[in-house]
Amino acid sequence: MTAFGALAASSLDLLAYAPPGWGATLLAGLRNSVLIAFGAFGLGLAIGIGGAFGKLYGGPITRDLLAVYTTIVRAVPELVLILFLYYAVTGAVNEALLLWGYERIQISGVAAGIAVLGVVQGAYATEVLRGAILAVPVGQIEAARAMGMPPVLLAWRIVFPLMLANAIPGLANLWLVATKDTALLGVVGFAELTKATQQAASTTKAFFTFLTAAGLLYLALSLLSTVVFHRIEAWARKGQKRTGG
Amino acid sequence: MRDWLQPHRVVLIGLAVALVLACAWFLRWDWLAEPKYQLLIVQGIWRTLWILVVTMVIGMLLAVPLGLAQAAGPWYLAAPARAFCSVIRGTPLLLQLWLLYYGLGSLFPSIPGLRGSVLWPYLRQAWPYAVVALSLSVAGYEGEVMRGAFKGVPHGQLEAAKAMGMPRFAMFRRIWLPQALHRVLPTLGGETVLQLKATPLVSTITIMDTYAVAGRIRQDTFIVYEPLLMLAVVYMAITGLIVLMFRWFESRFPSKSA
Amino acid sequence: MKKIALAAALALSFGSAALAQQVKVGIAAEPYPPFAAPDASGAYTGWEVDIIGAVCKAAALDCAITPVAWDGIIPALTSGQIDMIMASMSITDERLKTIDFSDKYYNTPTVIVGAKGVQMDATPESLAGKIIGVQVSTIHEAYVQKYFAAGAAEVKTYQTQDEANQDLAAGRIDATQADSVAEQAFLDSEAGKACCEIKGTVADDPEILGKGVGAGLRKGEDELKGKINAAIKQIREDGTYDAITAKYFAMSIYGN
Repeated sequence: MTAFGALAASSLDLLAYAPPGWGATLLAGLRNSVLIAFGAFGLGLAIGIGGAFGKLYGGPITRDLLAVYTTIVRAVPELVLILFLYYAVTGAVNEALLLWGYERIQISGVAAGIAVLGVVQGAYATEVLRGAILAVPVGQIEAARAMGMPPVLLAWRIVFPLMLANAIPGLANLWLVATKDTALLGVVGFAELTKATQQAASTTKAFFTFLTAAGLLYLALSLLSTVVFHRIEAWARKGQKRTGG
Repeated sequence: MRDWLQPHRVVLIGLAVALVLACAWFLRWDWLAEPKYQLLIVQGIWRTLWILVVTMVIGMLLAVPLGLAQAAGPWYLAAPARAFCSVIRGTPLLLQLWLLYYGLGSLFPSIPGLRGSVLWPYLRQAWPYAVVALSLSVAGYEGEVMRGAFKGVPHGQLEAAKAMGMPRFAMFRRIWLPQALHRVLPTLGGETVLQLKATPLVSTITIMDTYAVAGRIRQDTFIVYEPLLMLAVVYMAITGLIVLMFRWFESRFPSKSA
Repeated sequence: MKKIALAAALALSFGSAALAQQVKVGIAAEPYPPFAAPDASGAYTGWEVDIIGAVCKAAALDCAITPVAWDGIIPALTSGQIDMIMASMSITDERLKTIDFSDKYYNTPTVIVGAKGVQMDATPESLAGKIIGVQVSTIHEAYVQKYFAAGAAEVKTYQTQDEANQDLAAGRIDATQADSVAEQAFLDSEAGKACCEIKGTVADDPEILGKGVGAGLRKGEDELKGKINAAIKQIREDGTYDAITAKYFAMSIYGN
């Protein structure tokens, strides 16, 4: 029993906020993870809106190219995509700058992480938004058109609110995926929670303590996100007919 | 077939073929010719495939009771099942993997007599940890999916079976489970692909799967992109196979709308 | 559109031109005590970090220490994300094909570490049938693959040497090969003292183990290379090198 007591006491020491406790490092890593997830989710959403509209209303070439994009991104593991995009994108940007005769620039870790994860999220977001738009009852759109509503007003007043309610469960899932995929960025060397955990564990040899602590932090993040998204969905579904159970 | 022969498609396909040929010509592929790398690649793909199949099977076997407990079980079964699924889905798989392998490993020196025990050969190797972690992960995610599937079977069918005096286990075996599995089949293909994409993580606990082999080639030869391209092609090929296989399954069990 | 892109590129170039003298020195993000390891506040400390500071001061360069994942550090150098690698990277012919190196700044022997009480030495015969762990992308992995892999039961690769040491303490591997000084830090720790000891020094192979540790540079950066070499010579001559070494080690690690 005393062995466990000693383990618990030393664990709390290690997790303390001030150095030599690693609590602050873990929280800083968590902050980075959330920042990157936020940025990637937002970028993915922007790409997804463009992609969904392109797939639904664009010309045949646009549709095919978007289909290639979503298929490749959804078929290749994120780890491989992250490695490839990180080196390819930063290499290409630097090559282009060199070609024009300028100096290389350093793309910060957070920016690169957001760009890479955003591209991956964009493919999934395209599919979620496309499905959500398709699920809008056609009758409503026809009625609005019959009453002479201009297309932009139609999109804003009718399609968008109805689509939002349909899209939110899928987007909530995407947000959770974004927060967990930041762990993969840690494998490539970005400073975020999983990397901070690996460093703390490596330096102090207390693997069990830190991995459990990191797990609890991620769990807290995901539970909080789920609650937030439930409220957002309730707000988005205000005034709509409840579908039968 | 006519779909593929439309002018813009033909042009795009032509461009794609040109791109592939340009890659084959200009990039360094000499490492593919070395027999030792060929052997490693084949072994890596084999490991990826068997880990995927074994963990999907074990995971689904665990997911059915998890889903059932949440859909129809009493509170003392449903609550732990739900807690399990939340924890698995709320934490990154990488962390779960490391917690099992390194976390448990760091406790080994303090357990006396472990090295003499019968479990020791399995505790030494990395694959049991990968199988356990990935199976639990599949169980967590598919448990949620099965919950929706069980709930989605029309209640009327179950009531009719009960009214006809069918024993509960027979009702489960002949009506509820098959219908639930049928509902889930389209998603199962997508979920298998997602599990395939999770397998590269086992390379961080010393298993030489496809990803680890590509990493080894990259640092033996210092080539940056070409092994990654090969990696992408391999995973896309396996994904294609999985999708085709599930489509064939679905065609064998056509869905009749209830 | 083109004008905006041009203006943006110009702005970026002015921004980076102002920092043109800043040299990004890449170190491994994974901890590697006592050479470079992060403490709880995230700052890296260690012998190598101090040497980087001394070399940059002697060469009058504005250096920024940039942690990069170890197995992506050479691509990071060649693609321009960092300008120099000072991460205990050995000078080997294989690496010289892709990048350039400065003169060496230390050279320590390579050892095999194994469990206490087990009869083992650093020869292929003795290691036959054993499970050996190494860090990925290192000269040690290349050495083990060349000399020990044929007879060994299995070769396991880890992302960090610490994870390999962890598995050695847990008993999952029988032996690991690594730098003697880095392993000494592990063996001085509680877990290391309890479990393991140095079994012997491996037979030298300059082609794989290299000729010491040097700073990695892109090919063609002769001016920077000259500055770094002059700085290394200077800190060795004026005593800074020995003063820093005395803080961490009992004797000189410059090697021969």
